[in-house]
Amino acid sequence: MRGATLGAAACAVALCAAAAAAQERALPLSELRSGIDFAGPSVRALQADDVANPGMLWVERGEKLWNEPSGTAAASCASCHGEARSGMRGAATRYPAYDAGAEAVVDLEARIVDCRVRRQRAAAWPRESDELLAITAYVAHQSRGLPLAVSIDGGARAAFERGRAFYYQRHGQMNLACAHCHEQNWGKRLLAETISQGHGNAYPVYRLEWQNLGSLQRRLRACLFAVRAEMPPPGAPELTDLELFLAWRAQGLPIETPGVRR
Amino acid sequence: MPDARITIPAKVQRGAPFEVRIVIRHPMETGYRTDESGKPIARNVIRTFVCRYNGEPVFSARLSPGIAANPYLRFFVTARESGELVFEWQDDAGASVSERAALTVT
Repeated sequence: MRGATLGAAACAVALCAAAAAAQERALPLSELRSGIDFAGPSVRALQADDVANPGMLWVERGEKLWNEPSGTAAASCASCHGEARSGMRGAATRYPAYDAGAEAVVDLEARIVDCRVRRQRAAAWPRESDELLAITAYVAHQSRGLPLAVSIDGGARAAFERGRAFYYQRHGQMNLACAHCHEQNWGKRLLAETISQGHGNAYPVYRLEWQNLGSLQRRLRACLFAVRAEMPPPGAPELTDLELFLAWRAQGLPIETPGVRR
Repeated sequence: MPDARITIPAKVQRGAPFEVRIVIRHPMETGYRTDESGKPIARNVIRTFVCRYNGEPVFSARLSPGIAANPYLRFFVTARESGELVFEWQDDAGASVSERAALTVT
């Protein structure tokens, strides 16, 4: 009798552990809220209307770039990948991802630049250039409505752990970790702002403060600036690691690109 | 970059008003900002905007530095004949841009 009880208890513990591993996440799925939920009605209206959404200017530019032959290979993105509408559907949900060739985790921007340099044999687009933002927004836009689902296994694991450590580590003169605001105090006010959960599911976004489209890395740098920390340069591995952790943390949230934020 | 995104209905009934929406790609630089080295950034805003329907002006606007980048304009025009809407604007940098959209009246 006693043996049977112990056996049942052990079984229950094993089940719990398996369930915990499968659902391992920073925020429960039911509590996940996109940044747009914390925005005011006018910002929400601007994002919801594809005609008024200024980010669509970049998406349209991206569509042109997709079909435009470039570099000494004289190939366009479409020459290999075909129609973006079908070929790129879901692609952005899997980034940042581990690239076995580069032996590193790359984000969507880095993946596009790599393709451009190695396959098209064209000059790399710098981070935050209109062209790179446009093509990234166009590719990510094809996954609009699909939930983020990055892999943190295999080669990506080390980068994920570094990203997680960065997220929970205190930074800068303000001595704040990302988690202090976006995990412990989301939903509360910081002056005129409502603190969001800090998800990157709408990037690249049109930020009204920037009057321009900007990448998630630009936003992360802006956050580090705000806590008076050192900002890694655009494209730095620290930022990519953090992007991977954030994408994992937001898994299940649908992509909104191009988002609009204040 | 495309200079503008223009949205008008595919078909409109004669005599009925229809909605015209346009987002213009423009920095609308106010002239009050400085760059990272402290030098002032020259003002560059769209000064005038006009929409012509088969040659006749139906809407015009004077824009100013108080208007955000990538301005979004929305107005109504009454449909008369099939034809063309021509949108023109000039900015402080001397650029003069013209975009057109075909209109079908039934």
